[in-house]
Amino acid sequence: MEAGEDRPRVGVDEWVASHDDRLAERTGFAGLARKIDDRVPAWARLTLFAAVAATLPLWMGRGDLFAYGIFTLIYILLGLGLNVIVGNAGLLDLGYVALFGFGAYFYALLSSEHYGIHWPSAISIPVVVVSTALLGLVLGIPSRRLLGDYLAIVTLFFGQAFVVFVNAANPTVAGHGLTGGPNGIADIDPNDIFGYDLSSRTQQYYFILVVVLLVLIGLHFLSESRTGRAWRALREDPLAAEAMSMPVNRLKLMAFAFGAGIAGLAGCIFAAVLTAVTSGNFALPILITIYAVVILGGIGSLTGVVIGAIVINVSFQFLAPENPQQNARILFYAVIVLLLVLAVRPWWRLGIVLGGVAVLGVAAHAIAAAISPSWTSGAVVEGGRLAGVTSDWVIIPAGHERFANAAYIALVVLVLTLTRVHGWWRTALVIPTVYLSAIVWETSFVEQPAVARWILFGALLVFLMTVRPQGLLGTPRVEIV
Amino acid sequence: MRKVPLFELKDVTKSFGGLTVADKLSLHVDEGEIVSLIGPNGAGKTTVFNLVTGIYRPDSGEIRFEGRNVVGLPPHKITQLGIARTFQTLRLFLNMTVKENVMAAAYGHTHSTVFEAIFRLPRARREEREIAHLAEEKLAFFGTRLVGYRMNQQAYNLSYANRRRLEIARAMATNPKLLLLDEPAAGMNPAETHELTELIGRLRSEADYTVLVIEHDMHVVEGISDRVVALDHGVKLCEGSFGEVCTNPLVIEAYLGLQGAA
Repeated sequence: MEAGEDRPRVGVDEWVASHDDRLAERTGFAGLARKIDDRVPAWARLTLFAAVAATLPLWMGRGDLFAYGIFTLIYILLGLGLNVIVGNAGLLDLGYVALFGFGAYFYALLSSEHYGIHWPSAISIPVVVVSTALLGLVLGIPSRRLLGDYLAIVTLFFGQAFVVFVNAANPTVAGHGLTGGPNGIADIDPNDIFGYDLSSRTQQYYFILVVVLLVLIGLHFLSESRTGRAWRALREDPLAAEAMSMPVNRLKLMAFAFGAGIAGLAGCIFAAVLTAVTSGNFALPILITIYAVVILGGIGSLTGVVIGAIVINVSFQFLAPENPQQNARILFYAVIVLLLVLAVRPWWRLGIVLGGVAVLGVAAHAIAAAISPSWTSGAVVEGGRLAGVTSDWVIIPAGHERFANAAYIALVVLVLTLTRVHGWWRTALVIPTVYLSAIVWETSFVEQPAVARWILFGALLVFLMTVRPQGLLGTPRVEIV
Repeated sequence: MRKVPLFELKDVTKSFGGLTVADKLSLHVDEGEIVSLIGPNGAGKTTVFNLVTGIYRPDSGEIRFEGRNVVGLPPHKITQLGIARTFQTLRLFLNMTVKENVMAAAYGHTHSTVFEAIFRLPRARREEREIAHLAEEKLAFFGTRLVGYRMNQQAYNLSYANRRRLEIARAMATNPKLLLLDEPAAGMNPAETHELTELIGRLRSEADYTVLVIEHDMHVVEGISDRVVALDHGVKLCEGSFGEVCTNPLVIEAYLGLQGAA
């Protein structure tokens, strides 16, 4: 290969300076996304997000707005709070969900029929946010001495203790149980703006959207301030940060309290929107989902948290049991294509793979049909636009019970082989693997929706994190060089 | 009567279990001086830095800076008083940009609160401008080595010599009076070492820092020092001009063993 005339010589300053650009060129789609993320200024991204988000109620049904819109916003808020603690300050806090729960329960106590107290949001939300921040401060005290895994264990205990306390302890205060035990607290007031109740979903949605935007702006400014930089410095090297005049212990507590405050805010909104809280809302699966939001988007990146929350919550709701079966099918094929786009580069090689898969499918289907019609006459599970395409492309036999199992085993073998070969062999092998996975999906998984959904969700996370360990928009971090 | 030195160790003792790493150690640095600390590996040089900056607490003795005893203060307070250090093992904030590395170190002498930062109040905005200016100024001290596109690169992209320079720039951003440099020439080639020797001179002449430096490279030590202090096993062997110290039999023995002195 010959170096172009206009290209700087390898090793000179200009060459070093353009290193990131070359990296972006090499990494295809993912690199491109990062480059866009770098070039587009923060305010433009925020405006774009606000503009798109604001149109949601105009074209979405009320139910969808609740499931997709409001819940995504709540996940964004939770992700932002956790991002301060884990992403900025680098403290592994597994008790975070308890702070969210505390906020929700405290709001429920201050504004519901439970004790007959009905404080307006203008008072109850600040009170809850400040109290949750103080609780976060207490939770942060072990972080003065405990690092990494040890801190994670202590905070995890706190999270579990909260659930047990709410569920089982339920101490009697002023006549009846403080937390309502397993029944939780019901009839919680909606949020209000100086006395005006936000009772419709649209009003609630816009209220939360404004809150999320304000928090995003505040966090952006904070991360570009002395405190934000000090948090990142302490994540990188606490001893050096301390030696460079940063009070490390105080900064850790500040991070805990600040993240907790945002969790408390999310709790208030969550309780008001749901109008009821139970301990199950704040158990381990929610914690894992919040972590998934932050990690998927790319730890430490505000845009990443927003995108992570959208991806996680939308795919989560999309696969919800009450949704039609074809959702899972659409997601399955979408995930396959997405993975190929992320993993196969350059572009023309991706084209070969996709084209190859399509051709292989048509050919295999034709051959199978020629051998015996029984090989292709199996019924496609549930309709949907994709079902028609599928029945002409994927081999779905009627009878031949062993076929599905054999295909499954063959798929596992192919995937394992795939990890051992490289270059053109790998490209060639990807084509039958993708086709075979479609067969396995249509013959085995699609009939067991509940299982298939979770497998799909897990596979999405595992693959994405393998392809991009730093998350969608995260910067790859260097530990030792 | 001698005037009070800028910085002084008085009979400082520190031991880890049975190993005494500083034994009734006394030394002082006057304002405007460049003093070198030399000694074989394991002599306790870096321990002195760790004691001074509050990372270790001495078992007994006093550490005085501008007449004030700093023993027992947390490291960040000591840095805020005006003692900044670099690390022998390089402890940069690798996943932050070069400029951010320097800006972060201005934490001690800035005051805007979280609240002011979030709402972009005047003081926070003014301080941000000042910190950015300060960082560019400190980085410009190293000529073209750390400015330009490098300023916005992650610190892990820097070469080894540039990382050493960035460590010094970061320490400068804390606005210190006394700079403690821990083996600034380690891993540098002869040309870079020569450049560094000049740089340490400029740290005093242009930036008015008092410098205490640990160094193994005797050319550097000879080139920069007003005074040299030799340590071995936590004990001060001798101090004086470079010529006096490097011909001292105790020092030669510590470096080369008994045969050398005989």
